[in-house]
Amino acid sequence: MNILNILEEIEKVDGEVYERLSPRRAAMKQFYGMGSKVAMAAVPLALGSMFKKAYGQSTSTVVDVLNFALTLEYLEYYFYQTGAATSGLIPAGTPAVGAINTIRDHELAHVNLLKGAITASGGTPVSFVATQFDYTAKGTFPTVFSNYPIFLAVAQAFEDTGVRAYKGQAPALMGSPSVLQTALQIHSVEARHASHIRQMRKAPAGGGVTALKPWITGANDSGVPQVDAVYKGEDNVTQLGINIPSLGFSVNASTEAFDEFLVKADVLAIASLFIK
Amino acid sequence: MLHKESGILTAKLQRRSFLQYAGAGAAGIALIAAGCKKDKDGSFSAGVDLGSGDVGILNYAYALEQLEAAFYDAVVKTPYANISATELALLTDIRDHELAHREFFKKALGSAAIPGLEVDFSKINFSVRADVLGTAKAFEDLGVSAYNGAGKLIKSADYLVVAGKIVSVEARHAALIRDLIENGSFANLEVVDANGLDKARTPKEVLSIAQSFIKTTVNGANLPTS
Repeated sequence: MNILNILEEIEKVDGEVYERLSPRRAAMKQFYGMGSKVAMAAVPLALGSMFKKAYGQSTSTVVDVLNFALTLEYLEYYFYQTGAATSGLIPAGTPAVGAINTIRDHELAHVNLLKGAITASGGTPVSFVATQFDYTAKGTFPTVFSNYPIFLAVAQAFEDTGVRAYKGQAPALMGSPSVLQTALQIHSVEARHASHIRQMRKAPAGGGVTALKPWITGANDSGVPQVDAVYKGEDNVTQLGINIPSLGFSVNASTEAFDEFLVKADVLAIASLFIK
Repeated sequence: MLHKESGILTAKLQRRSFLQYAGAGAAGIALIAAGCKKDKDGSFSAGVDLGSGDVGILNYAYALEQLEAAFYDAVVKTPYANISATELALLTDIRDHELAHREFFKKALGSAAIPGLEVDFSKINFSVRADVLGTAKAFEDLGVSAYNGAGKLIKSADYLVVAGKIVSVEARHAALIRDLIENGSFANLEVVDANGLDKARTPKEVLSIAQSFIKTTVNGANLPTS
């Protein structure tokens, strides 16, 4: 075990690790002094204690947020992986195949990135396998992997939920600027996915939901009443106390122009419908 | 037009809400006016100063939204040749969103808002679809990377959340415009790397790209860098 490697790894997710550690000279001194006195077996413990001192509560907050995000990424990844592997679901020979593969690959990249970040932060990543998820949502969508429009409808719900979930966690990451930036960089990718999935649902093969737009109009615009919770509060038209329609915009444009966040509990309530 | 001299003003703004500040009135205007006088001596860097702290970041976003709003306004007023009803409707929606973002920032910033910027679209041929959508793609991807890079510079959680509410809408625009140009390019390797991450750019990087479309010099020298 090489502490410099560990610090480098942590620096990848928390650029401020050295700054956090340096004002805590006592913690560092204690750690280095320990090397000569205690057995190497104690080093992991000592490291944990040093980081605890340097980060205070923030490490556990960051790890909690990252594990929350990781859970959602697993949910999405296995969904697209199962869909892409189900023969006859996604129309062969159409651009839909490439789009679903692209999205699946991004979700897997997010899973791997978050796992690495959690481990580097001294946390334990949550772990899921495909069979732990129930994409029928306990029977609500029994044909999710045999009916392409239903598959896309659930995909839209996942992507729009993902966007809202990351947005809601941003303030909790303010103490770790580089983790915050990474989360934002995932957040906008989820929004790109959502935009594309919505376009796919407009196409005749995807269900022909022609009223749908790449952005969210009002609250639940998905045409699927079972996912009302995903869009709760999306019809908000007041930002920082400013009523957007009063500035001269339609209510629809006012809701579309701002995506709303969801708090963790609301996201977990949605996700839990799909976890066995 | 906030300068170092008006540091007291910006320091106050960081602790107070803009709405409170907007009501502060004459004293604030006098301070800003004092800052502008210095400009004429040439003792500060030229152009419109975005300011510092969260005010600076919000003015930075306001500047970018001004650029996007002006662009889509022109697109909808003089649509490209043979535009389909579907594409015109989508671009009109985007125009409305950008106008809403612009007016929102103007209102939120109150008297701390930078003035209206003069844009330069002389290089864009608005009658050619490829030119218009190509420029739209550049603006949307730039906007996404700008908000992604600015998030960590914001000190107020409320402003961070608002920036988050806007950036995902910009990303929805970006994906749509990309799909209109080439279906399936909504999140390709041009914008999303092997780790599944969208781009993030610093204000300095963004302003150097955006400036070629803005006649007014935009000065981001006092923006936070960490």
